Order: sequence, then structure tokens, then C-alpha cells
Amino acid sequence: MKILGFVLLVSGWAIVLTAVALLTEDTPRAAFVLAGIGVEVVGLMLLIRAHPVRRGEHE
Amino acid sequence: MSGSAFDLPDTTVTFILLVPLAGAGLALINTGLGRSRSAAQLMMASLCVVSIAALAYFVCGFAFQGMPDQPAHWLTVGGKPWSWLADGHLFLHHVALDGSPASLAALLGMASAGLAALIPLGAGADRWRLGACSISTIVLAGWTYPLFAHWTWGGGWLAQLGSNYGLGHGFLDSGGASTIQAMGGLTALAIAWILGPRRGKYTRDRMPSAIPGHNAVFVLFGCVLALAGWWGLNSSGAILFNGAQPGVVARVAINTILSAASAALAAALVTHMRFGKPDASLTANGWIGGLAASSGACAFIEPFQAALIGAIAGILVTLAVEWVELRMSVDDPGGSISAHAIGGLWGVLSVGIFAGLPAPGRTGETAAPHPGQWLAQLVGIATLIGFVLPLTYGVNWLLNLTYPQRVSPEGERQGMDLHELGAGAYPDFITHSDEFTER
Repeated sequence: MKILGFVLLVSGWAIVLTAVALLTEDTPRAAFVLAGIGVEVVGLMLLIRAHPVRRGEHE
Repeated sequence: MSGSAFDLPDTTVTFILLVPLAGAGLALINTGLGRSRSAAQLMMASLCVVSIAALAYFVCGFAFQGMPDQPAHWLTVGGKPWSWLADGHLFLHHVALDGSPASLAALLGMASAGLAALIPLGAGADRWRLGACSISTIVLAGWTYPLFAHWTWGGGWLAQLGSNYGLGHGFLDSGGASTIQAMGGLTALAIAWILGPRRGKYTRDRMPSAIPGHNAVFVLFGCVLALAGWWGLNSSGAILFNGAQPGVVARVAINTILSAASAALAAALVTHMRFGKPDASLTANGWIGGLAASSGACAFIEPFQAALIGAIAGILVTLAVEWVELRMSVDDPGGSISAHAIGGLWGVLSVGIFAGLPAPGRTGETAAPHPGQWLAQLVGIATLIGFVLPLTYGVNWLLNLTYPQRVSPEGERQGMDLHELGAGAYPDFITHSDEFTER
């Protein structure tokens, strides 16, 4: 899950870069940039879930 | 490069020389919010990372960061040039150390890289080994910070978003909300994840236990000290990287203190409403969050906008501290993730929302506000989360495999001072052991 989280982070960034580089119309570009950030947020959520309190550290 | 072409005043140097005060303030805050038995180690670590950051930045950092209009490595994407790394010389070779913009940027970069490297110390307090944080700082100050600083301040692809794609003026960051604050805050998150929480922080059912900071006086004095450093940071950044004239300093300084003041009062109000009394450590975190947020737009906004940005930052930081501790189960004794990452990212976004003015006194291609500015800021935020966080996590994870970053359980029980330095900060104190009692 941790690896998937990081993959989503980088994928979201790639979507943002692609939208900036390839799209020229303002609205689709903004939509894809926001979509890329949305993918990053999902990746962050996965990373948060993938980092539980490790056993033994509470003692 | 000669200083005469830019007519930079000597006062710019004065502003830069104030920046280490921000580092001193952060060191005091981190130490005060940690345990007493780790205080000397944390101050020692602060001195070490500032020293290592200066050296790493001197060796290769500025060569990678560069300045606009200096040689750089380029990629061509869709017919547009993207500058992704400066092509400078190591050891500041060929940089005229005569007050030229490049020399001033190098000086500011040395101090700023140290400031960014201090931020993760707050998240790793009480358990991050001295050697590990020193090695981690080499990577941060020698590679990660200069790379993103080039993209932002060195004429890199983020700064080119305006000229290449018509997104406002390109990514704007007046005083380091992204390059220093968000960079340091996201590194703090990576470090906190890798280290795990302090022993005794979480109960068996994952409920956090309160481990209060050991010296509120350090924390609150650190806040005041940090203000002076931020004045220097925001003023010199606006002049060097945003083309602002020296007269903008008054506006920048007013906006900086208004943002911090609003943030601190908002944090005090929120904690008073929630807990019945204002919380000193959260108010301090709010103050720092307000300073971090001010760094984004301080040269581009009116004072009432700075106050609003600060108030929002204070509320965000206060809520984020609780969210990080309760929901994310991340132990961040210094509040570095909330104050610097959340505050810094909000500061970056605030440029796109509030910056209705070009930097006062700015000359050249400044124009009316562009609707694409907020999109340029979002691209910068996406880069911080989607590139910088995985990069810094990956590097520190690899480091952890070869050189464990976390102190041994016995060392943590003993305290970082005795374990790593052989002597405590307060030899007359009696070390408490109740944090290790099983709950």
C-alpha cells in the first residue's frame, strides 16, 4: 500500500505536468491539474493508512 | 556577474544577515517542545545541521540552484524550453563575491538551506540520531533544496510557467514558503514516518498520550527571535528573486508581522474555545505557521490581506496539529509538519488567491494580475507533494537501511543527551520515567 501511495503521488504530478505541457485551453488544463492533485491526495491518504503505529513503539 | 548592473543596496546584505535569527528561533522552539533529557542533543543537532547545510550548499548547492539567465540544463517539452537544473560551478567558482546578485543569492541560500534543514529536527526530536540527521542534511542542502530552489528562484521551469504557458507571472514565492517551509515540512513528515513515534506516545489502542514540551519560555522566546529572521528572509527574497525595490521592505515587514500576529491570536482563540484555555505550544505553532504562510505573498499583497492569510494559517495549523497526531498517528513533537508544511503550502496558494498587485516597485514585465496565477501556484504545490515528498522519503528510507536513523530503545529511555553526548543539558534535573509505563 505504501508503494501504491507513492506511485499515486508521482502519477498525480505527472498528470499535472502533462496537462500544463499539452493542453492549451484554460478550462481543460485547470480541470486536469485539479485531477492530478486529486490523485496526489488519494496517494497521501494511502500513505497515511500505510504508516500505522508500529508494534512495540507504544511500550 | 557584477553588482553594478543591478544596483542592489548594501541593506540587502543586512536583511540576509538577519536570517540566521530564524534558525535560532526554530532551534529554541524545537528544543523547548522536546523532552528535557534531549535538549542538549537537539541544540547540538541544530548547530550541526546548520553547519553541514552551509558546507553542502557551498560545495554543490548553489551550482545546482543558480540564478536566472545563468547556464542551465534544459529539456524541450512540446517545443517549450524547461530549465530543470542549473549548470553552475562547484565551490562557488566563478561567482563574484563582491555584492553581486549571485553572491547575495549564494549567501541567502546558505542560510535558507540551514533553515530548511532545521525544520525536520522538530519532527524527529527525542529519537533522531545525530549522525543520521547530519547525513540527511547533506542530501537536503546539497540536492533537494537547490533543485527546487532552481525551479522557483533560479529561472527554472516553475518560474517559466508564465512565459512558456501564460500562467500568470509563473510560480511565485516571495520569501520561501515553498522552497524553505513546505520543503522542510514535507521532509519532516517523511522523517516522522520513517522514525515512528516516540516510545510511550501512543497507547495500545493507538490513542496519543500528551508529552508536553519541557520549556515554554524557550518556545515563546524562539517565536520572537524567528520574527526578526523572517523579516530578513522575506525582505531579501523579495528583492533578490522578485525584482522588488528596497522600498518594498516596509510593506514586506508589515505584512510579515501582521500575518504572524493574526495567526497566533487565531490559534490562541481556537485553543481557548476548544480547551477552555489558550495553549502556549499551539499558539507558538500558529505564530510560526503565520510566518511560513507570509513568506509566499508578502511582497504582493495589502496588509489586511496578510492579516487574513495569517488568521487562516493559525486556524489551519491548530487543526492540523491535532489531525496529524490523532488521525495520522504521526508523532511530531515540534509541530513542524503542521506549522511549516501546512503553513507553507497555504502561503503558496495564497499568492494565487490574494496577489492582486505586482511586487511594489517591481519593474519590467509586471502586469495586471493574471487569472492563471492560481494555476501556476497549484502546479507548484503538486510538485512539492508529488515530487519532493517521494524524493525526500525515498532518500531517507535508503539512508535508514544503511544507517538506522532512530536511536536504540535503550538510548531513547536514557535520553538523547546522555546517550549521544554523554552529558545532559540540565544536570540537576531528575529524569522522569513515567512515559515508559505501559498504559
